[in-house]
Formats: sequence, structure tokens, C-alpha cells
Amino acid sequence: MKILSQKQGHMVKVSISGKMDAVTAPDFESALSGIIAQGELKLLIDLSGLEYISSAGLRAILVVAKELRGKEGEMLFVGLQDRVQDVFRISGFYSIFRIFLTEDEILKQI
Amino acid sequence: MDRRISFPATIDHLPKAIEWVLSCARESGLGDRQLKDIHFAVEEAVVNIINYAYKDSEGDFDIVCASHDDGRFTIEISDTGIPFNILSVPPPNMNADVTERTIGGLGVHLIKSLMDEVNYRYEGNRNILLLTVLPSSFADSL
Repeated sequence: MKILSQKQGHMVKVSISGKMDAVTAPDFESALSGIIAQGELKLLIDLSGLEYISSAGLRAILVVAKELRGKEGEMLFVGLQDRVQDVFRISGFYSIFRIFLTEDEILKQI
Repeated sequence: MDRRISFPATIDHLPKAIEWVLSCARESGLGDRQLKDIHFAVEEAVVNIINYAYKDSEGDFDIVCASHDDGRFTIEISDTGIPFNILSVPPPNMNADVTERTIGGLGVHLIKSLMDEVNYRYEGNRNILLLTVLPSSFADSL
């Protein structure tokens, strides 16, 4: 798994690629906690390079989302591949997160 | 066809275990969609064994893959760790918001959602999880 972060206006875009599973999920959690610790509370998570996510990855996302919510921050998601979309849907993530098809769509809505 | 293998229950053996099951599934003619579901379910099941069944000990897990005359493909995963019926895990509270949403239970929920049948039994000191893919779902992938 690779994690790249980039400041973009008032948001930080975090691009995740590869596999997010029991082995790599802790890296996601610590990378995101590091970004939040710097005071960044609006995170755009770009998953267009993410090929696979297991429940360990979903749990890591929930943990970070709870931390952000406690600080009145938010995570937005963009670019989910089909398989990741399925897993997000089965897990009910579409009802707890704002998930966009493209970055253009985000600019129109927020 | 009926094939069996055993692996030490450690995270570094997980990729080999998944690849082994996927090769059985490919030989049995399952489609790409089913292979992805199986990959996911086996990963979740094995991670559960490593993290919970053997949380205070070390051990192995066995996998038996079988394609049956009636077209079913089954994967039986067993361990000798702490007895634990994963089917007893309550489903996640899907309608809760981020603050109230529970962290656990997602893996089991996903296994149940992706496999056609999931059965658990405890027999002769073993947790035995049986995952079944029905032939009707093979057809979806053609």
C-alpha cells in the first residue's frame, strides 16, 4: 500500500493505492492520525488506486472517522473502484460517508 | 476433487493460503467474480483465526477445498484455537452514524454477504467454518 498526501486548498488529499488489509491497515491509521495531529480536519481520500480493501481496512477508516468527528472534521471519498464500492456498500459506508465519483463532482457540491 | 493443506496461523502465511484456495477455485471453473469473493472471505476467516482463535497461542489452520458433483464449491477452514462461533457475532449497526457505529463485526458480515452459505461447527477440538459457493452464482459470471 502507498499513501501520498497533498495540501489542496482547505483540504488535504490523501491518495491510497495498492491493498488495504490486515497487514497494511495500521499504516493507514498512523498516517492519517499524523495528518490530523497537524490540525488538518478536512480530508479527501482518493481511492482510485486502491485495488482491495478488507475489513481491517474498513475498521481503520472507521477509527480515523471517529477521531475526526470528535474534532468536527470530515473525510470525503472519491474514485472508488468497483470492488471497493461493493465492500463499502455491503458495510453500510454509503450511509455514513460522503462518497463522490470524481473530484469535479466534489467541487460542485461543497 | 478434494484437496487439503495446512499452514501455520501467522499473517505471513495468509497470501499463500489465499493463493492456494484461489488455484483450487480456478481449477473448478469459478469465474472472476467468485474468485474475488472467495479471496475476500478466506482472508477474513484466516485473519479471525490468527487474531482471535490463536490470540494467546500458536497453531495451524487446515483448508479443504472441494468441488462437488452437484456443482457446489466448498472451502472448509479449521483450527484448534479458542472455540468461537463467528456466526454468533452480531451484525454491525448499519444505520448508526460515525459516532455510534461499532468498529467490530464487519469481517463476519462481509463473509456472510459474499458467500452463498456459511456454516460453523465445533467438532473434536476444532472450529470448523464451511464456506459454500453455489453453482447458480457461477452462472452469473459467465
